[in-house]
Amino acid sequence: MIKVENLSKAFGAKLAVDDVSFEVSKGEVVGFLGPNGAGKSTTMRMITGFIPPTCGKISVCGFNMLEDPIPGKRRIGYLPESAPSYQEMTVRSFLKFAAEIRGLRGEECRRAVQRAVETCFLESVYNQTIDTLSKGFRHRTCFAQAIIHDPEVLVMDEPTDGLDPNQKHEARTLIRRMGENKAIIFSTHILEEVEAVCTRAIIIDRGRIVANGTPQELKARSESGRLEDFFRAITLPDTAHAVKEAA
Amino acid sequence: MSASAVIRIIARRELAAYFESPVAYVFLVIFLLLAGFFTFTFGGFFERGEASLGAFFAWMPWLFLLLVPAVGMRLWSDERRLGTIELLLTLPVTTWQAILGKFLASWLFLVIALALTFPVVITVNVLGDPDNGVIACGYVGSVLLAGAYLALSCMTSALARSQVVSFIIAVMLCLILILVGFNPVTDLLARWASPSVVESVAGFSVLTHFDGLQNGVIDTRDVLYFLSVIAFALFTTDVIIRSHRAG
Repeated sequence: MIKVENLSKAFGAKLAVDDVSFEVSKGEVVGFLGPNGAGKSTTMRMITGFIPPTCGKISVCGFNMLEDPIPGKRRIGYLPESAPSYQEMTVRSFLKFAAEIRGLRGEECRRAVQRAVETCFLESVYNQTIDTLSKGFRHRTCFAQAIIHDPEVLVMDEPTDGLDPNQKHEARTLIRRMGENKAIIFSTHILEEVEAVCTRAIIIDRGRIVANGTPQELKARSESGRLEDFFRAITLPDTAHAVKEAA
Repeated sequence: MSASAVIRIIARRELAAYFESPVAYVFLVIFLLLAGFFTFTFGGFFERGEASLGAFFAWMPWLFLLLVPAVGMRLWSDERRLGTIELLLTLPVTTWQAILGKFLASWLFLVIALALTFPVVITVNVLGDPDNGVIACGYVGSVLLAGAYLALSCMTSALARSQVVSFIIAVMLCLILILVGFNPVTDLLARWASPSVVESVAGFSVLTHFDGLQNGVIDTRDVLYFLSVIAFALFTTDVIIRSHRAG
């Protein structure tokens, strides 16, 4: 469903993403791991068509995202980092906008909004403006717009960041359930989350993919059998990177 | 879904955003108060002793100078500051559709503001027997003038993340477009430049082209001038947004 080939992105002289290739097929939930600044968000922004890559190919559901992004974009649900939304709108008008802009009309649109509201437990704040909501509700509102059109592909940048333990649990359950018939890729810093939800994990460090396998496979590659130890063994902390640069 | 449908949905959301915050009403009240003040006090509406809205339209380039950038300043800077631009541009819309949708919505808002000045039209019709064709022509000119200022504000708003910065640059640009055709300035220029130079410099001014329209002459060249300022500024907006995304 998502196919990324030799993707690179340079910001000035800095190579943020360096020759990354991977695929995500239907029924897979892929965890995208890596230290801060490794290029996770940049890769996701390129997949969703927000920023153009310096070189490489991206296709979503067989549609080329670089030459003709609109059909691909129609099939993607995207939850950007920090879950932005239009503050002055009510949850209802925001979700209605999200549904209409994706071509849902009339009864179909009404049902899509209703379903998203139920899935994300937004009934109690349905008529409130978004700037009056707590962080958890804002986050869920943005998540609701990502799934409102029942997309085949779901891209989420740190979907559980800033949620409380209950909300995290709900979000994980939801992602696992939706992963059964969608292609999902999400970034996270929480390694237990990967073990709990993902069918596969991709670890990226300084723009390059350093590991790609099921959580079990990756764990087995560490002596202690823990994902965290494996992660720390193959990625460099940003301080080490800085020391190396200075030297 | 057709391009016009996408533009309509974006424009509707944008227009609703104006009215969901109190700023729109504050703007309308200030605009109407100032328009009335300029017409009846500064413009000497009664002292003129003629049944026309000359006093009303003559102030439009100056009145809009501060008010139109205030309407346009949030268009793109807010999207960037809040991160909603990432949401908007990963929806199945092209950059052009987003630019046009946002521009048309705020233009429509300014048209509504102009339409609310209808009491002056009634007043002049009750007091005398004005040429209503000239008045209609003045309104057409004002709408075009507002569009030109607005497109420039839209451009500066894509340039700066801060609304204040975008407002100040927009006011400066609009002021330049006024001053190059403002009599005191052209007189100064005429002292050392040849008349043809003075004339071509003044040809870039909104005053030069607004003059005919407010006096009831619809000249294709004047209309074309305003439309080309709009087209140029929106095209530049597209270039700016693209370059931000390319990083």
